[in-house]
Amino acid sequence: MSEHIVSPKIYAMIFLALMVGTFLTVFAATRDFGRVNIVIALGIATIKATLVILFFMHGKYSARRTKLVIVSGFFWLAIMLGLTLADYSTRHAEPSRSQLNQTVPSRSIVS
Amino acid sequence: MHRTGELYGQFQTLDQQKETATLGMWVFLVTEILFFGGLFLAYTINRHAYSTAFGIGGNMLDLTLGTANTVVLIASSLTMAMAVWAATTGRKSLVTIFLMATLILGCIFLGVKVVEYKQKYDHHLIPGNNFDISYCVKSQNPVCGAPAELATEAKEIEEALKVDPDLNAHAQLYFSLYFGMTGLHALHMIIGAGLLFWLILQAAHGRFDANYNTPVENIGLYWHFVDIVWIYLFPLLYLINRHLG
Repeated sequence: MSEHIVSPKIYAMIFLALMVGTFLTVFAATRDFGRVNIVIALGIATIKATLVILFFMHGKYSARRTKLVIVSGFFWLAIMLGLTLADYSTRHAEPSRSQLNQTVPSRSIVS
Repeated sequence: MHRTGELYGQFQTLDQQKETATLGMWVFLVTEILFFGGLFLAYTINRHAYSTAFGIGGNMLDLTLGTANTVVLIASSLTMAMAVWAATTGRKSLVTIFLMATLILGCIFLGVKVVEYKQKYDHHLIPGNNFDISYCVKSQNPVCGAPAELATEAKEIEEALKVDPDLNAHAQLYFSLYFGMTGLHALHMIIGAGLLFWLILQAAHGRFDANYNTPVENIGLYWHFVDIVWIYLFPLLYLINRHLG
């Protein structure tokens, strides 16, 4: 597999796109879209990051083995974020029926 | 003893050798993704739990400086990509020029960061004994900015205190994460600047050409990675609650 050379023209276009993204994200942040604000901000950031990886970092032109490693990084990140947040977001669940029926908590008997 | 561009015994072709170097660099960057990922996770959990305080904290950052720094850092990524391009196409003098441009832009970023940190110090926003989220509002210190701005800030803090009586502690948590995340990012930039300095010395001797440019490519990958971290840090830290302020 011979090396692919990306032309400066493509780099300039990507840079331009990244600039547009930056100003778009700042502009969007000053408007009130409620809960969608964070989605817009992270969406634009992810598009920008993808452009950097694909073109500046040559991800688009690298060997399939390398691509697999790149994707695996984000896959593991997704596991770390996903499972931890699944735990945290369910920590404050309502007490179960059996817990409510317990008039005297067993802990207080011991102490 | 610079064995530049030489084929090592364990590889069959130069392409394979290069590909292996790229793969190895990416394996390192994967560990870096997870390294920063832990901080992003801590941020997400705390922001969810103390969203009011995090909103107040985010609005106290300097949006103009933050945006300017984002532009500077993305520009440095462009010059870095151009340095790689110049190396792979054998334009030896351009490699040095683009690497120097990257280093200068990186230093500008770090300089702006210093200005921002100093501002936070003046505003008593460094986590610790002197941390006081209402310092500027209470003291009306001229370093804090115009009275009109402080009036909106005072109103914002007053509203926030109704929702979150422990605002000061939770805002301190925000600033701990702010300094932790931007500090780790800045440390990566400082290491990157050191690597760039070394690259420039090598490039000035004309060491990189179409056959041998692996150091430029791999340090380039590192530099772009640091840029990506900032692409996420900027909206998360600076822009969370701008529409309220």
